[in-house]
Amino acid sequence: MSLRPVLQSDRFVVTGEVGPPKGTNVEHVLEEAKLLAPLVDGINVTDIQAAAMRLGSMATCHLIRDLGAEPVLQMVCRDRNRLALQSDLLSAWVLGIENVLCLTGDHPTLGDHKGAKPVYDLDSVQLLQVAHGLNEGHDMMGNELEGRPNFCLGAVVTPGANPPEMQILKLEKKVAAGAEFIQSQAVYDVAAFAEFMERIRHIQVPILAGIVLLKSAGMARYMNANVAGVTVPDSLIEEMAEAGKKDKAAKAEAKKADHVVNTSIEIAARLIRELQPLCRGVHIMPLGWGHHVPAVLKVAGLR
Amino acid sequence: MVISEPKPLEEILAMLEGQQKVFIVGCSECATVCQVGGEEQVKAMAETLAQHGKTVTGSVIGDPGCHLLGLKRQFREHRAEIEAADTLLIMSCGNGAQTAADATEKPVHVATDTLFVGRVERFGQFREMCLHCGECALERTGYICPVARCSKGLQNGPCGGTTAEGKCEVNPEMDCGWLLIYNKLKEQRKLDGLREYVPPKETKPHPAERVVPREGPPGQGGEA
Repeated sequence: MSLRPVLQSDRFVVTGEVGPPKGTNVEHVLEEAKLLAPLVDGINVTDIQAAAMRLGSMATCHLIRDLGAEPVLQMVCRDRNRLALQSDLLSAWVLGIENVLCLTGDHPTLGDHKGAKPVYDLDSVQLLQVAHGLNEGHDMMGNELEGRPNFCLGAVVTPGANPPEMQILKLEKKVAAGAEFIQSQAVYDVAAFAEFMERIRHIQVPILAGIVLLKSAGMARYMNANVAGVTVPDSLIEEMAEAGKKDKAAKAEAKKADHVVNTSIEIAARLIRELQPLCRGVHIMPLGWGHHVPAVLKVAGLR
Repeated sequence: MVISEPKPLEEILAMLEGQQKVFIVGCSECATVCQVGGEEQVKAMAETLAQHGKTVTGSVIGDPGCHLLGLKRQFREHRAEIEAADTLLIMSCGNGAQTAADATEKPVHVATDTLFVGRVERFGQFREMCLHCGECALERTGYICPVARCSKGLQNGPCGGTTAEGKCEVNPEMDCGWLLIYNKLKEQRKLDGLREYVPPKETKPHPAERVVPREGPPGQGGEA
């Protein structure tokens, strides 16, 4: 089923995410997509995530579509100018891709080709506006299209950014430019997210809260130190650290060491349950732990 | 101010390999302020080259080094020294180097790397403030340029990469330009201005060869 009608329904929306491989072996990414497909309403495919060169989002979306799943093409402004962005949008549509998430894109200096020329010919708001124009049947110069797409357009927000007003100003522009849904950066502090949602009550499009599975206490600390706008509360870090200790002890006794995985699943499921009354859905970013998403949704009581 | 820095000496010596006699060209303006091609640096370069067995036939401080007609005139005043040289070593920015190359028949080599157009913070400290994009948005952004001072040159607000300390995640030494804009406009009670959609820019800084006065259709450039 297409994503748009789900967004327009009363259902709690769940989207997932996969990252294309660095290379041509698509076996793993398609396995992950297959696993997610029956559980989620859409599967985001990242666009050269973290500016580390890899297989493209559009080709991967197309393959996922062939599996009968509903891909969400992530499109960043980092690598293509306005000609290529518009052309790729049209290409995506003819390949059966109906959903596009418009993002700025991580700067090349954060990736594995640090000397790459950053493009940013358009920003994410302008890309939304341009994509919306294509939906209306014209390119950004007003030239008429012969056949038009009908994309369901999405955008992102970082609820934990400081000051939030600055993010909200841009969020309002994204919605005005044509965003039909919003996926957020990872949320770990439900109270802070509730406060953010209160501030954006005037925004009518569905907000899907971001869920990133914690893989270890170290990963949580790393995100706190290095990922802008993401704060993992100490209590969650302690939970993960405790689970890590138990796993270490279990391994020493040659016993099953699944405390970290189970704690990670429990935390994600708990977050989802607590977020459920606050927003229209969640966007789960498993970062390679896609095989644990079914358990997360089960524990959360969603699927 | 065009900000430049000296190339490593080894690189300069490698460029000069096989060319014994050198005439040095400095610049009275930016390269003097940046201390890469003023009187002092030209003198020091002459001494260094002499130590490495070169013969310096003479030198001139372009006034400034990027003034084509002016530099041609100065070169005429130093005709004999330039005639005697195998090559010219230019100690100014890329504008100066190309100006010198056009002002002489001799081969030229540049002794600097040109970095950006910026302001002088204080002696020896420079900051890029403007990317000369040709569509000045400062009136809208509290006189803080989003093109130059946002790592991504974003027009409609910040990305998600503003750190808790208000820095840019691309460069932790650099303030988030959009946070500066936001704070300034908030202070001036002009935040409403940020609600307006800003369309994509039409004029890009590269790779157009731009001239003033403009000739031909806008954006097409013309002959200087």
